[in-house]
Amino acid sequence: MTPALETIGLVKRFGGLAATNEVSFRLAPGARHALIGPNGAGKTTFVNLLTGVLAPSAGAIRLDGRDVTRLGVDARVRLGLSRTFQINQLFADLTPLETIGLAVSERLGHGGDFWRVAGANDAVLDEIVEIGARFGLADAMEARVGGLPYGKQRQLEIAVAFATRPRVLLLDEPAAGVPERERRALLASIADLPRETSVLLIEHDMDVVFAFAERISVLVDGALFAEGTPEEIARDRRVRQVYLGGARDG
Amino acid sequence: MSAATYETAQARAWLARRAGWSAPEIAFWAMVAASAFALPGSRLLIAEIAILGLFALSLDLVLGYVGIVSLGHAAFFGVGAYGAGLMAKHVGGDPLLGLAVAMLAAAALGFATSFLVLRGADLTRLMVTLGVAMLMGEIANQWTSVTGGADGLQGVVVAPILGVFEFDLFGRTAQAYALIVLFLCFLVARRIVRSPYGLSLRAIRDNRLRAAAIGIHVNRRIVGIYTLAAAFAGAAGALAAQTTAFVSLDVFDFTRSADVLLVLVIGGAGYLYGGLIGAIVFKVAADLLSAQTPQYWHFWIGLLLVCLVLVGRDRIRTTAARLVAQARPGGAA
Repeated sequence: MTPALETIGLVKRFGGLAATNEVSFRLAPGARHALIGPNGAGKTTFVNLLTGVLAPSAGAIRLDGRDVTRLGVDARVRLGLSRTFQINQLFADLTPLETIGLAVSERLGHGGDFWRVAGANDAVLDEIVEIGARFGLADAMEARVGGLPYGKQRQLEIAVAFATRPRVLLLDEPAAGVPERERRALLASIADLPRETSVLLIEHDMDVVFAFAERISVLVDGALFAEGTPEEIARDRRVRQVYLGGARDG
Repeated sequence: MSAATYETAQARAWLARRAGWSAPEIAFWAMVAASAFALPGSRLLIAEIAILGLFALSLDLVLGYVGIVSLGHAAFFGVGAYGAGLMAKHVGGDPLLGLAVAMLAAAALGFATSFLVLRGADLTRLMVTLGVAMLMGEIANQWTSVTGGADGLQGVVVAPILGVFEFDLFGRTAQAYALIVLFLCFLVARRIVRSPYGLSLRAIRDNRLRAAAIGIHVNRRIVGIYTLAAAFAGAAGALAAQTTAFVSLDVFDFTRSADVLLVLVIGGAGYLYGGLIGAIVFKVAADLLSAQTPQYWHFWIGLLLVCLVLVGRDRIRTTAARLVAQARPGGAA
């Protein structure tokens, strides 16, 4: 089966440092896959390569078998590869209604309409409302994004990425910094993502990783160090040594 | 208050409310229309304000909506002015045809140079736009056979608008013409900024990385709005040329680019009225202050600018909004 997302010998050098080192990685269709690794392992660089923020020094990236190595960020999104950001990247002056609407309009090909008043397309509106409800934003749709509680902003991060209807969704530390009382709702909306979306989760929090992932890859010093089921990774002595600190048992 | 569900109808209503004409907007345009009749002694001044306002509106589309700073917006104003002037001199004096050609010429330059402002930090863009305006100014200076060089473009004869309304010494036609063109351009701009396209521009301004990350064609949008803004600046230049029947090299002057930026900062960028309000403040202040202290009126404009930037318009606005809310019983939003 063609992987949903695949990298072949991916390398990114910053001067003499290989932040990503010969990474050949496969994300299966419908996957619930987590990418973990100690600080400085190169997780963020890897995500930036996958999404087109950075250009690789060598190697290739394939989305559903199609080479996207040279495509820009927006072109990859239109082909079905979306992401959330570790640090919120939202439009502070817009509302969730407008933010989600932007993504939906763009996907349906209405984003360039300059002579139609925003809000005149019912298909777009229905979808905005549905996505808002799905991510627990129904009571915040008309509020300024910059003033929303942090947990809501994290929900919106995922909602906006989801609104592009990605076939592959990269979640970059979605739960980071979310207070406990908002965390449950956030994790529930991640668990509820539809199966046709393949998900790669980049996360530090081992509870989140082991609750969500069916497969785990470990990145160390820019290279893939280990890969397997959560049980295999938890049992792996080398992984425990470099990463889990040996404290955890399966 | 905050229902746990949110309906499509609510979303539609909220967006429609956003797009609708608010009372202050209607009042603003009513006052503009009234001033056209109530101040017969100031017709030429009002025409100048309308032209400067249109020029600042054009800058607002790029600075206020996609966040591209420019110190060379006069390049488009100047091309429009020479375009309209040359049309009147060589082809025919019909002002509407001249206006159309001027807008097309400025739009063409805007399209070509938009690719220079796609990337780079603010400083890069300031220098690139400044450079383009200098290039255009020098071309006009050297190409004397066409532009008349430093002597300016002589022999511009503008025919009556639609063959009926002749430009007169009192500025009756000039004022009406400038105000109508301004209003039409404003309507187009207003419609566009309230469209999905306009929303995507604000998204690019607020966070370009995220805009790209939801699939927005960032570069295409910037090229589009920069081209439109150039056309509007060209229209302002054409109006200036036609209402004065003269074009000189100062249309490309650095001070013109700097003044329009100043006007927009005074009025506030990003809500379309800033350029118009700024133009009124700037021109009226210039008119009043230069009568009192000729040569020194820039002192007061400078002081106003420093205060606005340091105190911050947001603070002034929120204070004003709070005062209004307090004055209105039960009017807390």
